[in-house]
Amino acid sequence: MHSVVCVKQVPDTSEVSIDPETNTIIREGVPSIINPYDLHGVEAALQLKDKYGGKVTILTMGPPQAETAIKRALSFGADKGILLSDRAFAGSDTLATSYIIAQAIKKIIEEEGVDLIFCGKQAIDGDTAQVGPGIAKRLDLNQLTYVIELDDVNLDKEELRISRKLESGKEVVKAQMPALLTVVKDLNEIRYASLPDMIKGAKAEIEMWGKSDIKLDESKIGLSGSPTQVGRIFPPPQREGGEMISEDGEEPTESAKILVEKLVGIEVIPNK
Amino acid sequence: EKEELPPELQQYKGVWVFIEQVQNEVAPVSWELLGEGKKIANDLDIELSGIVLGFDAHDIAHEAISYGAEKVYLIDDPVVKNYRTRPYTEALVKLVNKYKPEIILLGATTLGRDLAGAVATELETGLTADCTILEVDHATRHLQQTRPAFGGNIMATILCKKHRPQMATVRPRVMEMPKQDRSKSGEVIEEEVHFDENNIKTEVLKIIEETKKAIYLDKADIIVAGGRGVGDKEGFELIKELADVLGGTVGASRAAVDAGWIPVEHQVGQTGTTVRPKLYIAAGISGAIQHLVGMERSDTIVAINNDSDASIFDVATYGIKGDLFEVLPPLIEEFKKELAVNS
Ligand SMILES: Cc1cc2nc3c(=O)[nH]c(=O)nc-3n(C[C@H](O)[C@H](O)[C@H](O)COP(=O)(O)OP(=O)(O)OC[C@H]3O[C@@H](n4cnc5c(N)ncnc54)[C@H](O)[C@@H]3O)c2cc1C
Ligand SMILES: Cc1cc2nc3c(=O)[nH]c(=O)nc-3n(C[C@H](O)[C@H](O)[C@H](O)COP(=O)(O)OP(=O)(O)OC[C@H]3O[C@@H](n4cnc5c(N)ncnc54)[C@H](O)[C@@H]3O)c2cc1C
Repeated sequence: MHSVVCVKQVPDTSEVSIDPETNTIIREGVPSIINPYDLHGVEAALQLKDKYGGKVTILTMGPPQAETAIKRALSFGADKGILLSDRAFAGSDTLATSYIIAQAIKKIIEEEGVDLIFCGKQAIDGDTAQVGPGIAKRLDLNQLTYVIELDDVNLDKEELRISRKLESGKEVVKAQMPALLTVVKDLNEIRYASLPDMIKGAKAEIEMWGKSDIKLDESKIGLSGSPTQVGRIFPPPQREGGEMISEDGEEPTESAKILVEKLVGIEVIPNK
Repeated sequence: EKEELPPELQQYKGVWVFIEQVQNEVAPVSWELLGEGKKIANDLDIELSGIVLGFDAHDIAHEAISYGAEKVYLIDDPVVKNYRTRPYTEALVKLVNKYKPEIILLGATTLGRDLAGAVATELETGLTADCTILEVDHATRHLQQTRPAFGGNIMATILCKKHRPQMATVRPRVMEMPKQDRSKSGEVIEEEVHFDENNIKTEVLKIIEETKKAIYLDKADIIVAGGRGVGDKEGFELIKELADVLGGTVGASRAAVDAGWIPVEHQVGQTGTTVRPKLYIAAGISGAIQHLVGMERSDTIVAINNDSDASIFDVATYGIKGDLFEVLPPLIEEFKKELAVNS
């Protein structure tokens, strides 16, 4: 059982803001974390390894410092880490990113075979949820998004049964392996790293793959290989605050009366 | 700066809206997108079409016309009765290659995002996720696709200048619902795809509708929401009572959900549901950005909070500074009186 987990290093978005002078994202001093959804992908892969044996490979595309994210994932018990890092990859949109990652996974498949690929539901910075489907399409694999339960993995039949979380409930799907799964947080509880695994993770050698290490059509990578461009970045528009009915917390009964009158006045409350 | 599209891409014309159905029930965002698509089509002086994939779906095609589609491309086949990525992708890609639309819009739902990602990859074109504003640049005909990213902390305008079609998923409840007009006429064009079930390799075993989930926050006209300030589970009874009196639905901040006072289905915000009711009453909610992104498009917002610096007041139409336990009971009484008089 060989799982590949795609892990993205992201800024902690609750601390990101916009520089009002330059209208760019302020990244300095913002801590980097593993994309929270991806940790649940790591956990799912580790649980499969616990049950069936085999191996878990962590794959990250990013600048050299994204190595920290891989080491963290290894500290939970994953076996191998690969960092896709090259200046030529910078500025890739989701189409280019999923192309580069898919080509890297192709190489892993050729070398040792892969049964399942895990991605997070979405990254909390780019927020697109497009990289997972992009990888699956490139590799011509079944794509199962928003997976909330891994009901059954049958290695003999190369079949799995999973539940997907939809707006209106759930959907149970049977699919052929290999497949790509994107996972939501409710899939599992993340384990604590054991001390030996943590030490192993910190010391682990991480493989670095640049553009010459994988088969790539250079016209499809980086900024120039990306069909979308970020044109402008700006702070979210602020809704104008309105009227304070009570400024000081006095006379709640009076405030209640005034509010109801106002709401009836603008016909928010049915005036039959 | 005017950038010329390569000639083979200049033939791409028309706005397409993917009409999403689950068990022949259409996701309302599809109609919202027909409304928005119409504006874009008018701006560019091109046609608006709906795309329907399903089984026994002729009614849906006609409904799409009543919401503004001039044409509907329909694939009516048992293979596409339930959504599965492969056959839906195959069908949509085929239609795109045959008819060459300039713009394709899909709802940013679980289904829409799953499909859009696969289709854009196959077509090797740009896809913008989860848009909240769409505008046309008249000089270049480019679609300016604006979307929140970094958890709603920033907005970004995305362009796809050298590829066609330009694809976008759009967040539900952001664009306005168009008026339905059953007297409108349009053309339904049936297309066939010869699917090979052996190539699909996935099978939907069952669809479980969660009754618990059936609170339909996103469809509610009135929402009364409580946050950490509500204090405990019993406190939420007061929220529920006000919601009941108004015939509304109970909402909550993540803090209240995390505390276990109310199930997660009630959570409003970035990681909960995006809502756009006529009235949103927030009691004991501070107004964190992740909460605001999910509710600030409500028509009228009322905030009740005992801290006058709470950021929820910055978005509230009406604010009451006060202890919610002192404000809500008389408010419930006043509404009861008002509604009794009027019924
Ligand atoms: C403000 C802003 C807006 C953007 N909007 C768009 C847009 O609308 N369309 C577009 O095509 N691009 C867009 N981009 C570019 C996009 O964010 C990058 O291509 C990014 O590398 C991948 O997209 P994501 O973060 O949305 O990942 P998602 O698709 O949300 O990620 C899903 C999963 O894929 C895996 N994954 C994603 N990236 C990596 C990685 N680098 N290494 C390993 N695994 C990974 C993870 O498992 C992750 O959980 C935008 C960028 C910015 C800064
Ligand atoms: C990635 C991410 C995603 C998130 N997604 C969401 C999301 O989808 N939805 C969401 O809501 N949050 C989300 N959050 C959490 C968000 O950042 C806030 O922590 C959360 O919204 C706070 O909830 P709150 O306003 O109820 O609590 P608090 O911020 O603690 O506010 C409580 C408020 O109640 C007031 N109060 C206290 N007692 C009383 C009283 N007796 N009468 C009146 N007022 C009183 C206080 O003055 C205060 O303003 C997310 C966070 C992250 C990092």
